[in-house]
Amino acid sequence: MLRPSRPAPLLDANTIVPGEPLIEFRDVSIGFDEGDVLRGLSFDVSPGETKVFLGESGSGKTLIMKLAAGLLQADAGHIWVMGHNIGEMSENELLDFRRHLGFVFQEGALFDSMTVAENVAFRLREENVPDAEVDERVREALKFVELEAALDKYPAELSGGMRRRVSIARALVDRPPLVFYDSPTAGLDPVTSQTIITLILRGRDLQGVTSLLATHRVQDAFGLAHFRYDKESNRVVSDDGNGARGVEPGHDQRQVQGAAVAPPTNVLVLREGKVYFEGTAESVLHSSDEYLKKFLASAE
Amino acid sequence: MPDTSETPSVLSFLGDVAKGQVLALQDYSLLVVQSVANVFTPPRYWTDTLEQMDLIGVGSLGIVAIAGFFIGGVLVLQTSSQFERFGETALTGEAVALALVRELGPTITALLVAGRNASGIASELGSMVVTEQVDAMRALGTDPVRKLVTPRVVAMVMMLPLLVAVADFVGLGGGFLVAYLTLRLGAVQFWTTAIRALAFGDLVQGFVKPLFFGFVISTIGCFQGLRVKGGTQGVGRATTSAVVISSVVVILVDFFLSKLLLYMFQK
Ligand SMILES: Nc1ncnc2c1ncn2[C@@H]1O[C@H](COP(=O)(O)OP(=O)(O)OP(=O)(O)O)[C@@H](O)[C@H]1O
Ligand SMILES: [Mg+2]
Repeated sequence: MLRPSRPAPLLDANTIVPGEPLIEFRDVSIGFDEGDVLRGLSFDVSPGETKVFLGESGSGKTLIMKLAAGLLQADAGHIWVMGHNIGEMSENELLDFRRHLGFVFQEGALFDSMTVAENVAFRLREENVPDAEVDERVREALKFVELEAALDKYPAELSGGMRRRVSIARALVDRPPLVFYDSPTAGLDPVTSQTIITLILRGRDLQGVTSLLATHRVQDAFGLAHFRYDKESNRVVSDDGNGARGVEPGHDQRQVQGAAVAPPTNVLVLREGKVYFEGTAESVLHSSDEYLKKFLASAE
Repeated sequence: MPDTSETPSVLSFLGDVAKGQVLALQDYSLLVVQSVANVFTPPRYWTDTLEQMDLIGVGSLGIVAIAGFFIGGVLVLQTSSQFERFGETALTGEAVALALVRELGPTITALLVAGRNASGIASELGSMVVTEQVDAMRALGTDPVRKLVTPRVVAMVMMLPLLVAVADFVGLGGGFLVAYLTLRLGAVQFWTTAIRALAFGDLVQGFVKPLFFGFVISTIGCFQGLRVKGGTQGVGRATTSAVVISSVVVILVDFFLSKLLLYMFQK
């Protein structure tokens, strides 16, 4: 398993208050020359939750992730992440803060003049982890994404799906408690997309990460809500009932078998810069709303 | 942003251009301050600095030596006819040494390195910006100015004086060869006048200038690279401006530094 190189000071008892959201957006707006893209967006993400952002291309999914990571500043509104008011932090404070989150860029954003191993090792090197340990942990992380063989390759020599996986390994190597996945399945075939979702499941169920996932594939939301990664059997198992913890008493039998219930997955649909819909994957599936049905139709 | 529904007047257009330039200058100053401040606080990226020193110093050695050699040679060709008129060909060494060490060595080297490395830096950093590698670095908690800019500035400021020394020396060699072949000037005669001609002030001029030039070239290259917008075309534009701006600024800085240093070392 991936181990943290040092305790994450940002996540001590003072910053994670049980019941308090880990991420909070309040009336966040941002715009460019062509007009506002986000228009007063508000939502919360609780610890352990997987929040799936569903939206058309250009709806602002990438912007939300970059805002939450402090890579961009909002024009208006407030953003709190792990107890920090992002808008009030200096770039130096933000750099420190970002060491505690993983960011998987839409296009991978791998360092193209470094090998896969060097890419994954980047953050560990920054923290002056000893060479032997870096080596071991890079191997572990690449094994996690099933790319040990690509250790010495350069990003240009990899396929698109492999690049995404390296990017995931790079984001997870220091085992951050919060991970942003920006459209990790976009443009990939269904099989590779499923592999990526499995990786996210493993991150969630084995490492307990809270995550934001941007996607325009509603299947990704179902994949996260209906499955979980089983530690014992080391594979993905079905987890019907959207994993809402302890909601349905019928699920208790699985606890008997020693398996945990998957943490909650919620879907947030973006439209015209606002939250159009928020709820479980199940409620999207059963919704009669015309706009939501469009996403479901594309999933068939 | 300007309202495009109205046709903007020439005046407001010029106003916007001026505003843009002032903002750019402000951003540049900020980058300069940051890149220097980073030298004094950890973390420092020694491996990156060494790599850049190799790229800039060793990589430019060849062209700098060749250019230096022929500049020295041509200086003799151009001056010797004058000296021959007065029958003072022995002064050739002195003329070559002064021109090379004070002026041509630093400036020509800086212009060559600007063409070679300001462009390289701008296109490398620019490509990193458009492929989001700079953002990825920030997302991983690393300051791109510290990791990318400071090593390049430090490497350039350290390597340029060394390159100038090479250019000066090889240039004198080229001058001597031409003097020997065309004027039949002896080695002792050439080298003693050449070396005796150089006062302390000349050497200071010759080695203070490249420090400034190196700083100008590297910071402008980095600045142009980091502010790239608009894809590959933007990278191309940034590369061109990096070379053009840094070359022009080198020549301007040369003028003012010469004035200042000549004043300081006047006897
Ligand atoms: N740096 C920028 N400058 C100008 N406009 C921008 C910038 N970044 C984003 N936008 C605009 O903001 C809108 C939302 O962009 P964003 O990248 O968040 O979309 P997205 O939901 O991630 O889309 P996709 O699914 O295609 O990745 C787009 O219309 C885009 O044109
Ligand atoms: Mg996007």
